[in-house]
Amino acid sequence: MTDSKYFTTTKKGEIFELKAELNSDKKEKKKEAVKKVIASMTVGKDVSALFPDVVNCMQTDNLELKKLVYLYLMNYAKSQPDMAIMAVNTFVKDCEDPNPLIRALAVRTMGCIRVDKITEYLCEPLRKCLKDEDPYVRKTAAVCVAKLHDINAQLVEDQGFLDTLKDLISDSNPMVVANAVAALSEIAESHPNSNLLDLNPQTINKLLTALNECTEWGQIFILDCLANYTPRDDRESQSICERVTPRLSHANSAVVLSAVKVLMKFMEMLPKDLDYYGTLLKKLAPPLVTLLSAEPELQYVALRNINLIVQKRPEILKHEMKVFFVKYNDPIYVKLEKLDIMIRLASQANIAQVLAELKEYATEVDVDFVRKAVRAIGRCAIKVEQSAERCVSTLLDLIQTKVNYVVQEAIVVIKDIFRKYPNKYESVIATLCENLDSLDEPEARAAMIWIVGEYAERIDNADELLESFLEGFHDESTQVQLQLLTAIVKLFLKKPTETQELVQQVLSLATQDSDNPDLRDRGYIYWRLLSTDPVAAKEVVLAEKPLISEETDLIEPTLLDELICHIGTLASVYHKPPSAFVEGSRGVQHKRLPARAGSGESAESPEVGQSGTSEAPPAVIPSQGDLLGDLLNLDLAPATTTVPSVQPSMQMGAMDLLGGGLDSLMGDESDTLGGDIGGSPSMGAALGAPAAMPAALSNAPAVGGGLGDLFDLGGGVGMPTGFYVAPKTLFLPAMKAKGLEISGTFARRGGIIQMDLSLTNKAMSVMTDFAIQFNRNSFGLAPAGPLQVLTPLTPNQTIDVSLPLGTTGPVMKMEPLNNLQVAVKNNIDVFYFSCQYPLSLLFVEDGKMERQVFLATWKDIPNDNEAQFQIKDVHLNSDAASNKLQGSNIFTIAKRTVDAQDMLYQSIKLTNGIWVLAEMRVQTGNPNYTVNRNKESCQ
Amino acid sequence: MIGGLFIYNHKGEVLISRVYRDDIGRNAVDAFRVNVIHARQQVRSPVTNIARTSFFHVKRSNIWLAAVTKQNVNAAMVFEFLYKMCDVMTAYFGKISEENIKNNFVLIYELLDEILDFGYPQNSETGALKTFITQQGIKSQTKEEQSQITSQVTGQIGWRREGIKYRRNELFLDVLESVNLLMSPQGQVLSAHVSGRVVMKSYLSGMPECKFGMNDKIVIDKQGKGGTTDDTGKSGKQSIAIDDCTFHQCVRLSKFDSERSISFIPPDGEYELMRYRTTKDIILPFRVIPLVREVGRTKLEVKVVIKSNFKPSLLAQKIEVRIPTPLNTSGVQVICMKGKAKYKASENAIVWKIKRMAGMKESQISAEIELLPTNDKKKWARPPISMNFEVPFAPSGLKVRYLKVFEPKLNYSDHDVIKWVRYIGRSGIYETRC
Repeated sequence: MTDSKYFTTTKKGEIFELKAELNSDKKEKKKEAVKKVIASMTVGKDVSALFPDVVNCMQTDNLELKKLVYLYLMNYAKSQPDMAIMAVNTFVKDCEDPNPLIRALAVRTMGCIRVDKITEYLCEPLRKCLKDEDPYVRKTAAVCVAKLHDINAQLVEDQGFLDTLKDLISDSNPMVVANAVAALSEIAESHPNSNLLDLNPQTINKLLTALNECTEWGQIFILDCLANYTPRDDRESQSICERVTPRLSHANSAVVLSAVKVLMKFMEMLPKDLDYYGTLLKKLAPPLVTLLSAEPELQYVALRNINLIVQKRPEILKHEMKVFFVKYNDPIYVKLEKLDIMIRLASQANIAQVLAELKEYATEVDVDFVRKAVRAIGRCAIKVEQSAERCVSTLLDLIQTKVNYVVQEAIVVIKDIFRKYPNKYESVIATLCENLDSLDEPEARAAMIWIVGEYAERIDNADELLESFLEGFHDESTQVQLQLLTAIVKLFLKKPTETQELVQQVLSLATQDSDNPDLRDRGYIYWRLLSTDPVAAKEVVLAEKPLISEETDLIEPTLLDELICHIGTLASVYHKPPSAFVEGSRGVQHKRLPARAGSGESAESPEVGQSGTSEAPPAVIPSQGDLLGDLLNLDLAPATTTVPSVQPSMQMGAMDLLGGGLDSLMGDESDTLGGDIGGSPSMGAALGAPAAMPAALSNAPAVGGGLGDLFDLGGGVGMPTGFYVAPKTLFLPAMKAKGLEISGTFARRGGIIQMDLSLTNKAMSVMTDFAIQFNRNSFGLAPAGPLQVLTPLTPNQTIDVSLPLGTTGPVMKMEPLNNLQVAVKNNIDVFYFSCQYPLSLLFVEDGKMERQVFLATWKDIPNDNEAQFQIKDVHLNSDAASNKLQGSNIFTIAKRTVDAQDMLYQSIKLTNGIWVLAEMRVQTGNPNYTVNRNKESCQ
Repeated sequence: MIGGLFIYNHKGEVLISRVYRDDIGRNAVDAFRVNVIHARQQVRSPVTNIARTSFFHVKRSNIWLAAVTKQNVNAAMVFEFLYKMCDVMTAYFGKISEENIKNNFVLIYELLDEILDFGYPQNSETGALKTFITQQGIKSQTKEEQSQITSQVTGQIGWRREGIKYRRNELFLDVLESVNLLMSPQGQVLSAHVSGRVVMKSYLSGMPECKFGMNDKIVIDKQGKGGTTDDTGKSGKQSIAIDDCTFHQCVRLSKFDSERSISFIPPDGEYELMRYRTTKDIILPFRVIPLVREVGRTKLEVKVVIKSNFKPSLLAQKIEVRIPTPLNTSGVQVICMKGKAKYKASENAIVWKIKRMAGMKESQISAEIELLPTNDKKKWARPPISMNFEVPFAPSGLKVRYLKVFEPKLNYSDHDVIKWVRYIGRSGIYETRC
């Protein structure tokens, strides 16, 4: 007898026939009929009409039949809730059965029947089963609590099942413990703030004991749960690590990965000079390598995780390069991941081997893989300087193969190499130019055009080459058009005599015949620059470009830390935080690594996952790299990761600029931007030319006003020493945000910067799932916690929230300097707005400078850094003003009275370490103050 | 956790569908079929995210197993579970095929109900499962039997039941190694490692306590320090450095971690005791020396020499050398000294087979490959020459030193147990670039 025949019945009137069979007296026939029903159900036919007949078969001694009926019930109970009640009696009876297998089966199935009415009947049997003498029943009942919680969380709480579940953690049977841990972890996930999984050293000890005895799956549950614990100190951390390390030899890869997660996390707390720390590092490498001999799917999961581990702790696998060499028969997804890790591990020591391998890969069949291999060669050149020459010659070899996509990919990476090592490998340009005709991908064309423009003076026929691209100008992609425009302008500036016609042609193409605003704008800017001040144009367009960085597609550190906490899970496979792919409240909680021992943070916030950044999709806000790249006319491949734009020296430049910008903010109107831009003239030129002029002009009054605000308080009442908080202003009108209105202000309370927001729902529907994220900004402001909107926002409701901010976020100079771009997400959409924060927000509490230091510093500051302006209509005497200002962390260091004028010397320190020194002259009776401001940046 | 589990045939028809969680709807079944099984391109990842639902899949012959979830599950666990699921099914009804799945669908549902509860994997050791999930339905058991089943399923020793009796206590140890090599055309070893398994078949009565010992360098060195000094030199040479090893869940890992001793109560019947990996001092049983010369645009001359590199008294078997040929090959002439060689057009390769070959021997094949002229610019990728073989020793150098059996309750001693040890070294991915 075979059962496959049940899959083939497709007769008409089948349901009717089945009905008759189900009601048959013969047991065998009944069973056959139920099997047919289940088979139909599997292939997606609707057999819900048979509900009463199937349920009638439930009262049977035959366990196989019973299981089939239960399977049916689980599927259809929801669609027939009233009928499902019929089954309750049998369940309740089965829960009393002497056979533990039947008791467990009943409680397991009942939990799967998601009908509210049934859940009430479930409570009593469940309570009994949780205390059953048989461990098999208890372990099933433990999971059943999680099932019930999923249907009716309130009921579970009211009935006290959670406490019973907690008690099961101390059960004598390891599997009961494991299931209880699994159930509690899941329930705790949907209650982020509850202290459900009350992890303390005692429970941890119990878990560690059970870990040695339970099944492989149970070990995974326990390890995953352990990973959520934050040890009190490094000693506890070490002792847990010691008890977890034996798991690294388990045959089950998931056990190994979960153990790695616990170790990676707890290692954070160990002092690096500890012997054990080194031992642990050594112990981690072999199991990670062993994971690569698992089945390909698991290899893939392991490789994605190793990618994270290599970024977090490169020392673990630095000697294991060889195991990541690609095998001919690896599935493509394994090959691509291995390649990624190879590049990350590439160093001077192993570069020769790596290059030989990469060259081998570049001749393979799979196009994606070959492309990635070619790109990898370029990345090696950028990463390991000593290898650059060999990489370039390898790339040239590859270009000789004339395989179209290899050539194009090679040209794209050679462009990057030029950016890293300017004026070194220009000899290859001739070879590149030979392949001009075969380039059909925008990225490769753009790269080639960039090269021609950049080195126009060394290419004799540069004008001809660029002219040839110009013919089909309007058919090109934007990327190529922008690049062509810039390249021709560069060419013109280098060889003005022969190319005048060409540049006019391209400018008119870009400005008159194009619909693309970016292209038009750039065209106009060049045109104006060229027509008004060719020298300035040269400075802007031919500015020296900052070098590109070595590591390009690294995961942003806070995200990386979060992903390390998710090793082994889907998040680590996607390299995305769980909130990016999990719906609802689950997983939105952010995890973070514990702080190293000794820092106060760990003591203050033992709860993991309380803090975290926001969860708006990170890609929506243009990253700094792209923006700067754009400004620098480097819009090659904005979407790819291989075009690096930000590197240390440039960030220094940005910091410097910040200083410059600060001057202008402080009211120095004569200081146009770009005056003291320090190490990065190109930045200044590029930023300054298109946008800075008007912005710089408008800056000063705006912020001057902000400072004036501080004094306004003098007229009002309120706390004389408190921080001045401006009234809330409208940030985001409801019109623009599908009914969500946001107004807010900023405040500094007890040393913590806070953003006070009022969210008003002016739409018709309920809003939930709020989250917030900031774009990079001048002072690195970033949310220090999630946006706490716990209850859904009903229509016409307003909710006030206070969002703590940190200043450790990514930095990028904004225009105006105190501009903040914010993205707010809710269940409806993501909205953007920008607002300006008062600069005084950033004045830190320890901004009081020593008198001597002040004196010395004051003298050292060059005159360029000095600005002066007046504050009008302030009716305060100097002492009152000084007090008032102190409330805003502007500290009076000294006071001097000269000619009936009070001179106040004041110091301010910004969150990023820049000092501002001020001299304020207050003339008694004159409501106008004169302020001289000096700034000093202090590293 | 796992929200649902589906099994499809190669056409994408559902054979088994079991949903554990409410957030997985019927449309998930179709989403996977449309986006993965029927997808135009080759599968680019074993994990697919479709509309915020994640699908994990593995394929066995032409059957697709897919686990579905909407949560941030432990991905490694899901795959381990899918493999385990395949093992369990194989143990119950043999090969995983459409026919077998359809014939046993009731059983599969029963298994799925047992080994996955609300998406949490539960005990999935076939030894334990077979005691209470049978195709005949549950036999009426006595109360003792029932509680024995449940204590086994949930117990500390979930992989073995009590009361096993054999007239003859016997055990078989197989050391199975696969040696992997990637060699450059110049004969430089680019990467080489041995991944080995110790497979044990145990037919022992009662609950025997076993202790397994091998020539692990760490253990031998430790003993050498304590023992006689003249011994160390000899044993040090014979010991091997194990990069890493993993064990069956019966092995007490904490004991291995602290004392590096391997002690366990074995499951009954066949199982894999341990896996290990070594990279140092590997005996490469064969060396392949390729020589490929392009003669003009339409001809290739290939000469391949293989050298066996082990004791002359030993015999290697099932030797197969696979020499890839370009896609535009029109004809091949082969001459070989030993064995048989054939050009297989469908596989784009010359396959050279030798039944047996003793150690320290050498053999050679030469071939002339005629090519059709093509105007394809793309160069032939020259895949590596691969090799298959089987040798009667462990290329890693691993030796079993002892396997002691203690069963205090029953009256048989370690000496009464009949023990068999066998070493088999096979080629894993054994490639030489040409």
